[in-house]
Amino acid sequence: MPKKIKTNYLINFIGLLVLFAVLYLLFENGVFGARTNYFKGIATTACYTIIVVASLNLLVGIMGEFSLGHAGFMSVGAYASAVLTNAVADKGIPDFPLFLLAIVAGGIAAAITGVLVGIPTLKLRGDYLAIVTVAFAEIIRVAFTNFEITGGGRTMSGITKLSDFYWVFWVMVVCVTIMYMFIRSRFGRTVKAIREDYIAAAASGVNVTFYKVMTFTISAFFAGIGGAIYAHYMTAMIPTSFNFMYSAEFLTEVIIGGTGSLTGSIIGAAFLSALPEAMRAFARYRMLGYSIVLVLVMIFKPGGIFGTWEFSLSRVLGKLRGKNRKEAA
Amino acid sequence: MLEVKDLYVNYGAVEAIKGISFHVNQGEIVTLIGANGAGKTTTLHTISGLTKAKSGSVTYDGHDLLKTEPSRIITLGIAHVPEGRHIFPQMTVEENLQMGAYTSKNKDRAAAAMKDVYEKFPRLRERRKQMAGTLSGGEQQMLAVGRALMGEPSIILMDEPSMGLSPLLVKEVFAIIKEIHEAGITVLLNEQNAKMALSIADRAYVLETGTISISGNAQELLQDERVKKAYLGQ
Repeated sequence: MPKKIKTNYLINFIGLLVLFAVLYLLFENGVFGARTNYFKGIATTACYTIIVVASLNLLVGIMGEFSLGHAGFMSVGAYASAVLTNAVADKGIPDFPLFLLAIVAGGIAAAITGVLVGIPTLKLRGDYLAIVTVAFAEIIRVAFTNFEITGGGRTMSGITKLSDFYWVFWVMVVCVTIMYMFIRSRFGRTVKAIREDYIAAAASGVNVTFYKVMTFTISAFFAGIGGAIYAHYMTAMIPTSFNFMYSAEFLTEVIIGGTGSLTGSIIGAAFLSALPEAMRAFARYRMLGYSIVLVLVMIFKPGGIFGTWEFSLSRVLGKLRGKNRKEAA
Repeated sequence: MLEVKDLYVNYGAVEAIKGISFHVNQGEIVTLIGANGAGKTTTLHTISGLTKAKSGSVTYDGHDLLKTEPSRIITLGIAHVPEGRHIFPQMTVEENLQMGAYTSKNKDRAAAAMKDVYEKFPRLRERRKQMAGTLSGGEQQMLAVGRALMGEPSIILMDEPSMGLSPLLVKEVFAIIKEIHEAGITVLLNEQNAKMALSIADRAYVLETGTISISGNAQELLQDERVKKAYLGQ
């Protein structure tokens, strides 16, 4: 069995390599001409959105709790990493290590915030927790508009541009893989059990609060990484971008994609972050469009488009081969 | 084996348990009977650490359970089958069982325990890849019991196993309890179905609004006029 899992990972990894190679060739050979950088930008946006949406899915899909403040964790990661890279800007650290340093710092800062917010609040459930997360994100936003170090209410600009698409792509792959492994692990199964029935989980000897805080922290960590990529891609940011609507957007993407399906999160995030660019002309109707889609999904497919289904290239190949065999026979 | 002494439990200002004392000896089936709200569930929750006591003592093989973390209590060999078939509906039967061996560090023993459970409940083996929520009521109760057995307990606390089951299934569940008992596991059983409970138990305690009103040999209680009138409908 473990060998089979290894092959699965390998096949999916090869698939990713192919995807990466295609994107690389498209961008490098200038297929899009003058618009290459524009498309690269969209792809980068898609990557960090995927990380944040997948991290939110850990909470919504696996732990079964709503967070309406994920932009808050993202902003903690963004500002912490930006402050750090600004501080070491003239130390002559090469770009790639600096980029890794930035995302790890962003992740850790957000994770610490996750613990601090999680410990007092995770005794709450459902609506109550959702309200607390909204409040938390607002507190962060207001705090950042008042801190000197984050540029106050003004835009914090002059952040080194580090988020190269080719790097961001692989960071996204690593983050999503870790989250996938997390869901499949004993830890993930325990968290699911808590979602299903916390009394039965506690009766089985699970320390419910510990697992909830840990999951919250892990989720915040990845949201922080997303934020760090954001900061070093935009190179300028303002606390008000991380507002309630941004958090709501992430949640929409999780729900439309499918709660509990990372595939759904990836496609939801990639699609919905590219969509506003594609429909620039209709920008003002964007949120209206989201809402309509959300309502339709809720009515016709309450579990989201993908439910809890996960895409696996090896399974697709297996099916194709099975079909071929049948045809041959 | 298990001894509860002068236990008081409050929910806020409400006194749920007002100084009860009872004990369970190794190898017995002891039942707590009583109406809704008498404090049966609270008692079991306090033993397994899910609810905090106000005062009194609960000891098990020399361990003070009131001072033990709930996640440790299960490792002492105390399994709890919560009321109302608390299973994990969106997880497979197998995953549900694996959760029962959550505290067991030994994978081989967990695998052996699962084999035992499947032998006892072949129905669960048939449905092991199925979501637990799609099982029938009786099968869910089997699963809840099976999950408790995964921890290889020496005592099993059962909370209203017959709740919401058809009379036929109630019989089946009680047969399971007997079987568990014959395998050498001590049982502390909460039941509203006093007749069934008394017929398989060694001893019984009657709980009434947080106090024990009657106690004694189960067969004798079946003949007790007060019990007959209040709980057996005779």
